[in-house]
Amino acid sequence: MQDKIPILQIEDLLLVSIQVDMHDRLALQLQDDLTSKISETNARGVLIDISSLEIVDSFIGRVIGNISAMARVLDAKTVVVGMQPAVAITLVELGLTLDGVHTALNVSRGMALLRRNDFTQ
Amino acid sequence: MTNDLLFELLKTSRAEILEDWVQQQMAGGGTRGDFIKEDELRAQAGEFLNRFQGAVQSGQINNINSESWAPVLSLLSDISRTRGRMGFSPSETATFIFSLKTPLITRIRKAVGSNADRLFQEVATSSELLDKLGLYTTEVHQQTREELISRQQMEMLELSTPVVKVWDGIVALPLIGTLDSARTNVVMESLLQQIVQTGSEIAIIDITGVPTVDTLVAQHLLKTVSAARLMGADCIISGIRAQIAQTMVHLGIDLTTVTTKATMAEALRLALSRSGFRITREAK
Repeated sequence: MQDKIPILQIEDLLLVSIQVDMHDRLALQLQDDLTSKISETNARGVLIDISSLEIVDSFIGRVIGNISAMARVLDAKTVVVGMQPAVAITLVELGLTLDGVHTALNVSRGMALLRRNDFTQ
Repeated sequence: MTNDLLFELLKTSRAEILEDWVQQQMAGGGTRGDFIKEDELRAQAGEFLNRFQGAVQSGQINNINSESWAPVLSLLSDISRTRGRMGFSPSETATFIFSLKTPLITRIRKAVGSNADRLFQEVATSSELLDKLGLYTTEVHQQTREELISRQQMEMLELSTPVVKVWDGIVALPLIGTLDSARTNVVMESLLQQIVQTGSEIAIIDITGVPTVDTLVAQHLLKTVSAARLMGADCIISGIRAQIAQTMVHLGIDLTTVTTKATMAEALRLALSRSGFRITREAK
């Protein structure tokens, strides 16, 4: 309970920056927090920055996919940004291609993508 | 007794043996006068005889892997390596040792005289010893060549995967040669690395230079595309030849999730238009 990943609200977007090593309980905690925050704030988009994340396992990969699917149910788009090459290779080797999750190279591109999606809706 | 005779011979008639040996090499077989000078050869032969004498003195004449033979072996591997690099063939390198037989056996014969049993024994022992040493040079020669080949393979691997930045936000990867697992990993890593470094959102993978595409190669390509997508970059595969397109369909490879173009030019045009660039020709 002591360490939690902060969720920042910028207008109608939520920004999550993962800067610690993810362990299973932390990931589930984030999933809980984020879904309740989305329904609380009516956020239209979620931006998850994983540029500092250097190690993933299949569980974390699946949680990221789940978060995105849950957000979609709550009518918010999820963009995962800044994935490291090594992490991408690991996920592909694990067979987790995260279909349905939007991705972008960095936070500003991800932000632009969310704004554009909002714009077209 | 054997060792004593060999050692005695090396000690008393070292100069003669050396002279005969060098002459033998210069005159006859193996050694190539155009590659190596007589002075150099003489120095190498002299150094070998010194160490050889030391090793024979130690007594362990049957086991060239023992400690006392280490100086001899290290000299031989140096000689073999340098000769290998100069372009000597393995047999030419081994002849360096084998040509010592005649001078040595001549001396043994003189020393032993008419005792046929003893002569046979001495000749057999020293001949066996020299054979072992000669084979050792061949082994080292082979090893040097193998090291060279594996280094060149590594270099080829690095050379054949350049990632080119073709426009702001667009990188291209022209693949040449067959894709195997090891190469795909290098390709994937360097492409993803370049995507991060250049901040490119579009990557063009051109497979014009890939001779055949089978299910494995296709799977490697799709993996690369998926990994790039996870990082937020789109991939376009270009340069699929008609023959390869047919094979892919026959093999049942599903490329519907990937954008494919017939030529690099088409792929570049698409990439530019996706990034919001428009190309127009100036009116004449």
